[in-house]
Amino acid sequence: MSNVIGIGASPKRKEDQRFLTGRGNYVSDIKRPGLTAGVFVRSPHGHAILRGIDKSAALASPGVIAVLTGDDVKADGLGGLPCGWGISDAKGVPMKEPPFPMLAQGKVRFVGDMVAFVIAETPEQADTAAELLAVDYEVLPSVVGVLEAVRPGAPQLFDDVPNNICCDWELGDKAAVEAAFKKAAHVAKLSLVNNRLIGNPMEPRAAIAEYEPGTDRFTLWTTSQFPHVVRFLMGALVLNIPQHKLRVVAPDVGGGFGVKQFHYGEEAVITWAAKRVKRPIKWVASRSEGYVSDRHGRDHVTEAELALDETGKFLAFRVNTLANMGGYLSTFGPNIPTNLYAPLLGGVYTTPAIYCNVKVVFTNTVPVDAYRGAGRPEATFVLERMVDVAASEMGIDRVEIRRRNMIPKEAYPYQTPVLVQYDSGDPMGCLDGALVAADVKNFGIRKAASASKGKFRGLGYSTYVEACGLAPSRFAGRLGARGGLYESATVRVHPTGQVTVMIGTHNHGQGHETTFAQIVSEKLGVAFENVDIVFGDTDRVQFGMGTYGSRSLVVGGAALSKATDKVIAKGKKIAAHLLEAAEVDIQFEAGKFAVAGTDRVKSFEEIAGAAYVPHNYPLEVLEPGLEEQAYYDPVNFTYPGGCHIAEVEVDPETGTVTLVNYTAVDDVGTVINPMIVEGQLHGGIVQGVGQALFENAVYDEGSGQLLSGSLMDYCMPRADHMPMMKVATHSTLCTHTPMGVKGCGEVGTIGSPAAVINAVVDALSHLGVTHVDMPATPNRIWRLLQNASLPVAAE
Amino acid sequence: MKPFAYHQPAQIPDAAKLLTSIEDSKLVAGGMTLIPTIKQRLANPAALIDLSKLGNLKGITDDGATITIGAMTPHAVVAASPLVRTKLPGLSALASMIGDPAVRSRGTIGGSVANNDPAADYPAGVLGLGATIVTSTREIASGKFFLGLFETALEPGEIITAIRFPVPLKAGYAKFKAPASRYALVGVFVAKFADGVRVAVTGAGPGVFRVPPMEAALSENFDPTAVAAIKIDTDGLTSDIHAEADYRAHLVTVMAKRAVEAALS
Repeated sequence: MSNVIGIGASPKRKEDQRFLTGRGNYVSDIKRPGLTAGVFVRSPHGHAILRGIDKSAALASPGVIAVLTGDDVKADGLGGLPCGWGISDAKGVPMKEPPFPMLAQGKVRFVGDMVAFVIAETPEQADTAAELLAVDYEVLPSVVGVLEAVRPGAPQLFDDVPNNICCDWELGDKAAVEAAFKKAAHVAKLSLVNNRLIGNPMEPRAAIAEYEPGTDRFTLWTTSQFPHVVRFLMGALVLNIPQHKLRVVAPDVGGGFGVKQFHYGEEAVITWAAKRVKRPIKWVASRSEGYVSDRHGRDHVTEAELALDETGKFLAFRVNTLANMGGYLSTFGPNIPTNLYAPLLGGVYTTPAIYCNVKVVFTNTVPVDAYRGAGRPEATFVLERMVDVAASEMGIDRVEIRRRNMIPKEAYPYQTPVLVQYDSGDPMGCLDGALVAADVKNFGIRKAASASKGKFRGLGYSTYVEACGLAPSRFAGRLGARGGLYESATVRVHPTGQVTVMIGTHNHGQGHETTFAQIVSEKLGVAFENVDIVFGDTDRVQFGMGTYGSRSLVVGGAALSKATDKVIAKGKKIAAHLLEAAEVDIQFEAGKFAVAGTDRVKSFEEIAGAAYVPHNYPLEVLEPGLEEQAYYDPVNFTYPGGCHIAEVEVDPETGTVTLVNYTAVDDVGTVINPMIVEGQLHGGIVQGVGQALFENAVYDEGSGQLLSGSLMDYCMPRADHMPMMKVATHSTLCTHTPMGVKGCGEVGTIGSPAAVINAVVDALSHLGVTHVDMPATPNRIWRLLQNASLPVAAE
Repeated sequence: MKPFAYHQPAQIPDAAKLLTSIEDSKLVAGGMTLIPTIKQRLANPAALIDLSKLGNLKGITDDGATITIGAMTPHAVVAASPLVRTKLPGLSALASMIGDPAVRSRGTIGGSVANNDPAADYPAGVLGLGATIVTSTREIASGKFFLGLFETALEPGEIITAIRFPVPLKAGYAKFKAPASRYALVGVFVAKFADGVRVAVTGAGPGVFRVPPMEAALSENFDPTAVAAIKIDTDGLTSDIHAEADYRAHLVTVMAKRAVEAALS
């Protein structure tokens, strides 16, 4: 077939035709007849008793249709938002799981907690009525930091959650680790903070809900990364709507980064309200509203210790972390700092004993959940900082200590002491490649050039691995997952040979419409432009778990590959009949079914035509039609990894850190579209650099106010913060995914924060600086230099 | 956003009359601060009086000893003006550092000066150059115009029509941008005249201020080294999540030095 664009090619992205010409279809673009406007009234207090709500003034305001509160939710007997993961402590005691009502009941627990939903004819009328809603709060002291929250006497969010501890979780062999520390030649220690982040997808969250009395069906259009999961959680567990009576559509979505992979209260409230008011309702969050309601990420305080022998070999690693959950448990909340964190503490090293304790803590802040990388950037940061600290203390070169402890390529598959078994990898190969690409051997010359301008230059390494492709359902179930983590795809071959794919993942910037079409084009030999990918609509797509955890290609692509194989298998049966040959003699290659060793051939289009016009067709043994479906449940996580090298320049006069070079050599397995992979790596790295140098969600202790609640105060990374990045792949193939793919969506965000901070510390190490907390802001660096009491002030 | 009346007067007296006769009315120039504030319902004016159709408020004129910039002249025009670049080089640089291209295209010098945001750039240039604020009713010296946090000497109904800048021998501006907003965390404007040097600081405190010790030192010796050892008292300086007061004080010295370097380059 002409114009097959297959695996390894970099066609321009199919979806960009509509995005770049302003023809995307986002939730807020959708118009419905009789549409009303909804706004949420949110708590201005971090912690308060909700003494009462007087709706009268709001209801009397022009254009108001309804005002709904937690009491109305309670009166309708509706449930709260479910948590998708249930973790347990070392004794098997389940986590504390207080209710998360979809509108606050009795108490508010963070600034932004939803108190009421106001529906009016226009957004302006709804805003005005919302201002008139009289809410009687009895303000309580807030606690926002994890260290403060677990202290005796701290404000308590829930009566039945002592010390605000949701779960005291652990992983690893504590006794083995203690024994190893006793015989260690050196113990390196590190205290660090993993700063709280706000995802800031370009498109704010939004939803439209509609109820059709004639069919008793609900439709929810929502900015979601996983519409089928929203349908299940909201329909089955919150609103008691049968699955066949609920359609959830996630149309074009402008970025997610995890922020849109949870079931939010707004979705449930607006769907419930649409039936009550018998009109469709639209809600679109403002950016400011997103800051206090989009789930936040990270927010750990950690103490880590590494035991080493006299040669610098790692003997044992011990990590104690306090992880912030915010005011309630979000969909994946407790899973992130536990199951997606501790199993990564082995990194690319042969550390034989690892123990990790995580106290998962409630505070008066926005609930914390997965944000690009989710647990793995936190683990990588702890480990890769720890390695640098140990190297420095023992006087061993930072690259050398990594080499001494790295898992050699031939040792794969490699079982770590923390659950996971890496199937494949070559961390040494990535390191070697990155050292060359980053021109490390000439770093000294560049450092001297910086010094001549009064600047300090530093180099930082991060040799890391992550676990993605979420996830083997049975394994996840043992860890506390309350759902499956497979993916599904349907390949529908039309009578004329074109293909429509229905897939359960969701494309919101990743380029799936292109990547998946390349897989189909390659496997079926059909033209790239003759393949369309459908996603994001529970009425059109059979089922799906959505897009997160770098799973779309790894799990969704595998389902697609399997479904495509089924199409080929059926096509062979049809071809065998038409060509009067045995099925085993039919070969399929480059879009043609042929009898092996002959010139008897049927094209893919001919087979499709025969399947739908079955005049000459084995109807006795074969159904007509050519459409196949597959579900794929992964047998293991995938383990992309690599080596990132950051190079920074510090201006000691102002404390400004400038990222001057960045090199990444990553092992992401098979690359389907190199251009898209490069884009994913670029974006991921920039987000990691954002965490390392700029981003910080800051709450005021006591009042619980978010001080960094807008783009004026929360610094996102920008194009002018970045140098031209050098990005390359050094791939080993995943041994258990159909195409050898490993996933690339999060690696950049996972590898980069440690590389950048290690570079900053390196730049300042001659002044005795041994650690810099993120974000390494100018003020923070200047303060460190002041404390280093060196003559670095303006001379 | 709440509903408001909208007026687009053609003459300054008409605008002044609307402003005094309509309660809770506001002038809008470029709207770069006011419009977002209205959208967030932090400001709810009953009427907006748009100055964009008033005659003679745009443009830059040179009368030899002074350069006069019309109040409705956008930052991008000031930044691109060869006249400003030649005669007021520090001001040209300052205008080019405001916000982003969209803000520079819409935002105006008069709007910025009237708003007197404590982290805005123009107040440093206006005070540093010792400019005169020309209004619908009088002329106000810059030293008497800026009265602290968002406060100015403008009377009700008074409208800025132009800013008149004396031409310095040398001038420079150095700005340390707040990482997120890119307003001045600290911005220092330095201008050398025949009769002495003026140093004005924005971003560091609740309003733009001058630094007499630096002015004296630079009047003696207009060189970066002259200010390098002059430290600013932290009292009254702003402390927030982006910068503590002592860091801001330190930056005043560093930026003053760099402003002199810019003026000399």
